[in-house]
Amino acid sequence: MSTPLVSALPPVDRAAPTKRVLVWLCIVLAALLALPLLLPGYQISIATQILIFSILAMSIDILAGFVGRTPLGHGAIFGVSTYVVIYWTASLGGSLWVGMGLGILAATLLAAVFALLAIRTSGVYFLLLTLALGMIVWGVCLRSTGITGGENGLRGIGRPGFLVDHVHFYYAILLVTVPVTWIIWRFVHSPFGLTMRGIRESESRMRSLGYNVPLHLFLAFVASGFVAGIAGALYAVFNDFVSPSTVQLSQSVSALLMAITGGVGTLFGAFVGATAIILLENVVSVFTARWPSVLGLTFVLIMIFAPEGIVGRARILLAKRRRRS
Amino acid sequence: MNQTLLQLLNGLTFAALLFIVASGFTLIFGLLRIVNLAHGALYLFGGLVGYTAATATGSYVLGILAAMAVVALLGLVIDAGLLRFVRGNELRQVLLTLGIAFILNDLVLVLWGGDTYTVPIPDMLRGAARFGHIFYPKYRLFVLALGVAIFGLLWLLLNRTRLGALIRAGVDDPEMVEAMGINIRRVFLGTFMLGAALAGLGGVVGGAFLTLYPSADAEILVFSLAVVIIGGRGSLAGAAVGALLVGLLNSFGQVWFPELSYFVIFGPMALILAFRPLGLFGRAT
Repeated sequence: MSTPLVSALPPVDRAAPTKRVLVWLCIVLAALLALPLLLPGYQISIATQILIFSILAMSIDILAGFVGRTPLGHGAIFGVSTYVVIYWTASLGGSLWVGMGLGILAATLLAAVFALLAIRTSGVYFLLLTLALGMIVWGVCLRSTGITGGENGLRGIGRPGFLVDHVHFYYAILLVTVPVTWIIWRFVHSPFGLTMRGIRESESRMRSLGYNVPLHLFLAFVASGFVAGIAGALYAVFNDFVSPSTVQLSQSVSALLMAITGGVGTLFGAFVGATAIILLENVVSVFTARWPSVLGLTFVLIMIFAPEGIVGRARILLAKRRRRS
Repeated sequence: MNQTLLQLLNGLTFAALLFIVASGFTLIFGLLRIVNLAHGALYLFGGLVGYTAATATGSYVLGILAAMAVVALLGLVIDAGLLRFVRGNELRQVLLTLGIAFILNDLVLVLWGGDTYTVPIPDMLRGAARFGHIFYPKYRLFVLALGVAIFGLLWLLLNRTRLGALIRAGVDDPEMVEAMGINIRRVFLGTFMLGAALAGLGGVVGGAFLTLYPSADAEILVFSLAVVIIGGRGSLAGAAVGALLVGLLNSFGQVWFPELSYFVIFGPMALILAFRPLGLFGRAT
């Protein structure tokens, strides 16, 4: 009925060089570890921000790339986690670690509610429903001034002592990002992940094969919300401030743009996309205040010329070259 | 009692505005299968063009005409210039219009700044009308009448003209219409421009009593989304019922549950979408 944003990309060649892939991964990891030696303090905090938003973009990719349901409400799931962490630590005086756990829990529960309503729909309707659900969250955060501080938002209590330094904080976030990425990678390459991809390609066929499609969609959505919650909790520590703009539509939009720019269905594309968009934002902001225009233009151009994203496009080119040789 | 009556009238007049905007949205959604997320931006852009034209010429009607013409042209550019590259893929179309919305909204900030504008209204519609011992602004009653008139005109267009027959046939089965030797692309383009012009009209009409400010586009877009989702895509009657429901819920919700007013509108919408994904009047195609 509805076409996914991209259908199956050429598969990563399984028989061939696992060793080469491992070498590449080690190089990337070494580069990430060495990054603080090369960049001054302010720029390392941009790198930290990129890592956090990569996690958010990966959470969107779980849905958009692997079950073919493009969500436009993940900013709300992400932001609710941020709200809970800051409310718990600043307004209730609780511990940061418990707060982060509660934030992730709240995001997961919210994703479960979203999922119950949204899994019956697909394509454009799924997009609209998640958009509307995100708007409800935004409206509630804006109006419940007693808890959320309304427009003024909530200020946090600052990072714990050993995380104040930009470089320390970068390593801490990297320490979370790497295992989270590995777990998501395992998740989408598990038998469950294969079923998810089967649903993306043909829901009716999976149903007639006896798979419980709604249950798989529900679990995928909840898993995605859990990951978005992790990103939100980290963002609370990073930003130390939360306001309705953290849960608003443009947050969902820019996170989705990151996932799409990198390449939907490629997982690691999330890192490429987040890097591209956040760097672009920082560069553009130096020259002009017209960032929304640039964001919109980027969206239009990517939709017209490269809907499969940077990593997706690279993979298609590689597959072509391999076939020729 | 009077208070309730006032809320009722406020709800009805807001519903009339919503219908004007959402009818354009639902036409485009129903025929072209495009969820035009730039519709709110077209509303705001049209409203501000209308404001500029109306203050320059001193004529409200000229303001409306200018807004409709400019926004219809924008619709032409969007459909024939950009959307043509992504035909057939619903998600790419939606996301592309989202990008356009961001650009248009930023353009509004460049051209008009972040101020709030109120479209000037003709003297004839100023002041309040009196019913018994209730006073109600004449302009809002005019909006109500205009909403009803637009409903009538669109109904006549769709049900009593050749173009309307083509549009309805296109909603049901575009390939078949094309096979009959009709240039369905031209009908599509015309519908897109008409839908956009309705957003521009809404911008001027709404800009006179709700004012125009930089985030007005997102608000009206979300309201129109709610209307179309509740009513079902491509259905004029659905848009009318949806607009009434959303307008009244909004008006009474703000009084009864001020903290939850968003929930009052989007709660029912989310439920309808979850249990009747095609809306109250939507038909499977």
